[in-house]
Amino acid sequence: MKSRVLSGENLKRLKEYRTITDVSGPLLLVEGVEGAKYAELVEITLPSGEKRRGQVLQVEEDKALVQVFEGTTGLDIPETTVRFLARGIELPLSQDMLGRVFDGLGRPIDGGPEIIPDVRRDINGSPINPYARDYPNEFIQTGVSAIDGLNTLVRGQKLPIFSGSGLPHNRLAAQIARQARVLGAEEEFAVVFGAMGITFEEADFFINDFKKTGAISRSVLYLNLADDPAIERIATPRVVLTTAEYLAFDLDMHVLVILTDMTNYCEALREISAARKEVPGRRGYPGYLYTDLATIYERAGRIKGKKGSITLIPILTMPEDDKTHPIPDLTGYITEGQIILSRALHRKKIYPPIDVLPSLSRLKDKGIGEGKTREDHADIFNQLFAAYARGKEAQELAVILGEAALSDLDKLYYRFADIFEERYVGQGEYEERSIIETLDLGWELLSMFPRAELKRIRDKYLDKYLPRFKKEEKKEAGEER
Amino acid sequence: MKEGRIVKVAGPLVVAEGMSGQKMYDVALVSEKRLLGEIIELKGDLASIQVYEETGGVGPGEPVYPTGAPLSVELGPGLIESIYDGIQRPLDVIREKVGDFITRGVSVPALDRNRKWHFVPRVKVGDVVEPGDIIGTVQETVLVEHRIMVPPGVKGEITHIEEGDFTVEDPVARVRTGKGEIEIKMYQKWPVRVPRPYKEKLLPDVPMVTGQRIIDTFFPVTKGGTACVPGPFGSGKTVIQHQLAKWSDADIVIYIGCGERGNEMTDVLIEFPELKDPRTGEPLMKRTVLVANTSNMPVAAREASVYTGITIAEYFRDMGYSVALMADSTSRWAEAMREISGRLEEMPGEEGYPAYLGARVASFYERAGRVITLGKDRREGSLTVIGAVSPPGGDLADPVVQATLRVVKVFWSLDDKLAYRRHFPAINWLTSYSLYRDTVKDYLDREISPDFYDMQTEAMRILSKEAELEEIVRLVGIEALSESDQLLLEVARSLREDFLHQNAFHEIDTYTSLKKQYLLLKLILYMYEKAKEALERGITVRELRQLPVWERIARAKYISEDKLEELEGIKKEIDDEIQGLIGGKSKEA
Repeated sequence: MKSRVLSGENLKRLKEYRTITDVSGPLLLVEGVEGAKYAELVEITLPSGEKRRGQVLQVEEDKALVQVFEGTTGLDIPETTVRFLARGIELPLSQDMLGRVFDGLGRPIDGGPEIIPDVRRDINGSPINPYARDYPNEFIQTGVSAIDGLNTLVRGQKLPIFSGSGLPHNRLAAQIARQARVLGAEEEFAVVFGAMGITFEEADFFINDFKKTGAISRSVLYLNLADDPAIERIATPRVVLTTAEYLAFDLDMHVLVILTDMTNYCEALREISAARKEVPGRRGYPGYLYTDLATIYERAGRIKGKKGSITLIPILTMPEDDKTHPIPDLTGYITEGQIILSRALHRKKIYPPIDVLPSLSRLKDKGIGEGKTREDHADIFNQLFAAYARGKEAQELAVILGEAALSDLDKLYYRFADIFEERYVGQGEYEERSIIETLDLGWELLSMFPRAELKRIRDKYLDKYLPRFKKEEKKEAGEER
Repeated sequence: MKEGRIVKVAGPLVVAEGMSGQKMYDVALVSEKRLLGEIIELKGDLASIQVYEETGGVGPGEPVYPTGAPLSVELGPGLIESIYDGIQRPLDVIREKVGDFITRGVSVPALDRNRKWHFVPRVKVGDVVEPGDIIGTVQETVLVEHRIMVPPGVKGEITHIEEGDFTVEDPVARVRTGKGEIEIKMYQKWPVRVPRPYKEKLLPDVPMVTGQRIIDTFFPVTKGGTACVPGPFGSGKTVIQHQLAKWSDADIVIYIGCGERGNEMTDVLIEFPELKDPRTGEPLMKRTVLVANTSNMPVAAREASVYTGITIAEYFRDMGYSVALMADSTSRWAEAMREISGRLEEMPGEEGYPAYLGARVASFYERAGRVITLGKDRREGSLTVIGAVSPPGGDLADPVVQATLRVVKVFWSLDDKLAYRRHFPAINWLTSYSLYRDTVKDYLDREISPDFYDMQTEAMRILSKEAELEEIVRLVGIEALSESDQLLLEVARSLREDFLHQNAFHEIDTYTSLKKQYLLLKLILYMYEKAKEALERGITVRELRQLPVWERIARAKYISEDKLEELEGIKKEIDDEIQGLIGGKSKEA
């Protein structure tokens, strides 16, 4: 066997193989291997002396199939050597990672020193025992009305942003990262940011924004840019979440994780699957895409008896704005809702262009109401939704029939939908609205309807809140005229 | 037993050699970590094993230990209030043992071996018993009396039985059979993939009352029936499943979270112990068993989880209970099958699903039913299965949906358009169906009122007419409709908003008894009757629309169950207001 024993202290038992038989795409096949394990970390040394890393995807007898994170460019069959490291991919972790920038596999790229680890963790993690989970129910105020009022985010939730090319998802994500906080609490807060295959400009936008607001010192950044090896992206979200788990559950921090762009991650997964000649599922994505995404997204959450939490905001660009594309579709089945950006609103110059109707936060019911936001929150958002939906229907109808054909009531809804988009959904990029402001704004807008139309609101709240706004509205309406 | 040796590892699939003589679906322990797996293919000396835990770090050359027994669950006192993973390991015990994250190779018994239960015999020495006979009982929780049954295959004369406190391992009785004396313990083991036996199957003709108006009134499911809830994400599928688990009038609820979100499982775990059973006032958890295999837990265990759940459900059915099983979501189960099938390199059928998908789905739902159980007393038990499916992109042509629709009798079609309008439950009344509507007619005639059935038909007629009229309105506007059609639209809107719409998070609205459903529906149809009469007397729809009583009808659903007489009061208001209109008219004239 063409192998030799290395003299290095730690590597004594690790053999080096020069028995690659096949290289195709990001994969290489090594033969004559003894004792290779599934999911083991592999170090590959190129003829040039460059070292790359890989992972075992499958072992059969003495043959190991390895995926190479940095790609196979420059690899050859006779000279390249492979060493199996007898462990999974581990990430060194320490509090000193805050404020640092790493590549997609966790190596520093900011010129700073290597991390001296307190602990090393396998990047695949282990599933949280459902019994150990604590239910996410602490309201996070993002200062964005369309989120706080209608798609409320809570601590420990995973809420993706479904976007499209050219929509301002990055600005929204940065705004959330900047403004997100839990009311009445000063707690340790951190942002872990993972970039997969985004451009330098996009990454630069985040870094600058974090620097400008000083958030950088509370952040850990992992960057795999568009020109970095695609396969490395497979590891990036796992590296990010391993860091987040450490900060949240070892160091008691509240961690906000932003992953962008998950579409690029899924494409890398598809590349590997295709190279392995697996039976493809929909659109060529592997059949296990759901399971794979779940092992990423489900790492968000809270644990009973632990102070920290992981809140996850993955961003994905929907190809052709198609919500039924496998990536957004499967993501939506795992995450607790979704925030969908709309091209139509964006064209109307409304920022953030959050399409309220199909957006949803599944955990909002536990995070709102008395003691969290305000007693009338649930009713008011039901009413706003219903009214806006009816308004949109009226607008559709008006396109066919002309506005004149609408009933008086429908005209009112028509007008409401426009005002709602402009004033409630729309707000400034640096405008931070408190939840009380958001709720009051809802009342103000709804007060244009007769009371009998507000069926989704309980009488006691109508009695308590409506009179206050009814007057203001009249005054305003008078001024308009 | 003879050891095997691993030759291949690919994700959750491990191939081992030296496995000749093993049986399909027997359990094998993989590597020194003793990871639990199940043999799913035999090829000569080779066996393919699907492993229920992560296989990272496992490689060729490591041993495989066959157990010679199929994957089984333990059935006995201690099931209720438990939360299990897909292969019946109690998650609370795992947490005590290994902490907040589930690590590998954890082995814990499904039933607590140390806990003592008070056993009260029901038979005496000298009695002859056959399989399924109840020999004694254990009060497992305040709500559930656990009936200890003679296991299948055991028949003979009781030679010993005593009252006292026992663990599940202690023998409580001895039976002299043709093959010698057999000890009976309080628990039995049963292979999950084999349906438990019963004497005969009956037609399910009693509705399972869920308190959800659109379901009970329009698309009822029966005790022992099967139903399916497909829906695109965000259409409130999970909320409906939770509502059914909370409010359905079954004795026992088995809830399988199959590939579900962890936080949703936690919601169930935190909420059920706090929620009160509307009939007994006790926490719902006291009649519930949870099986939770969240989406990030190993995929092979997800495949097993639905079988684990339904076997436990059948066991309670055998005691003579009515059991409701919710599986959320069977699509994840099918995907787990697909994933394993792909690793086995089987020839794929539609969308990459294995060719046996339809057969597996059908045989799963067929385990539901109303039966005469084993045992001399011919007890009646029922098992209702409600499966959620999550078709990709909400596309009902999905193979899992199609395979499911071929076997289930009730289809609650969730509609994301309704969900966007915040109409919940977002069950589309035009596309849903229930084949049990006629089956339960006798029961409704007897228990509620003989005109309920016709009222349902009338209400449904109004709703489908509305859909037709809406097409016209879209084209030519509402003014083009006749007065009576405009009135119908008004009534249809009331049906939709005031009857079909139901708020799961409202303290009163969340549950509506059959009686109240009947009265509410009656109220709306009464309004329609009276308004039609008014139209004939020359009153316009515009005038009718102004009546304040519409708002009273809209809020009628918030009247609590103990004040149902108020509904009668609203009827009076309808009479008065319409009479007022007609009176005013005649004065003008």
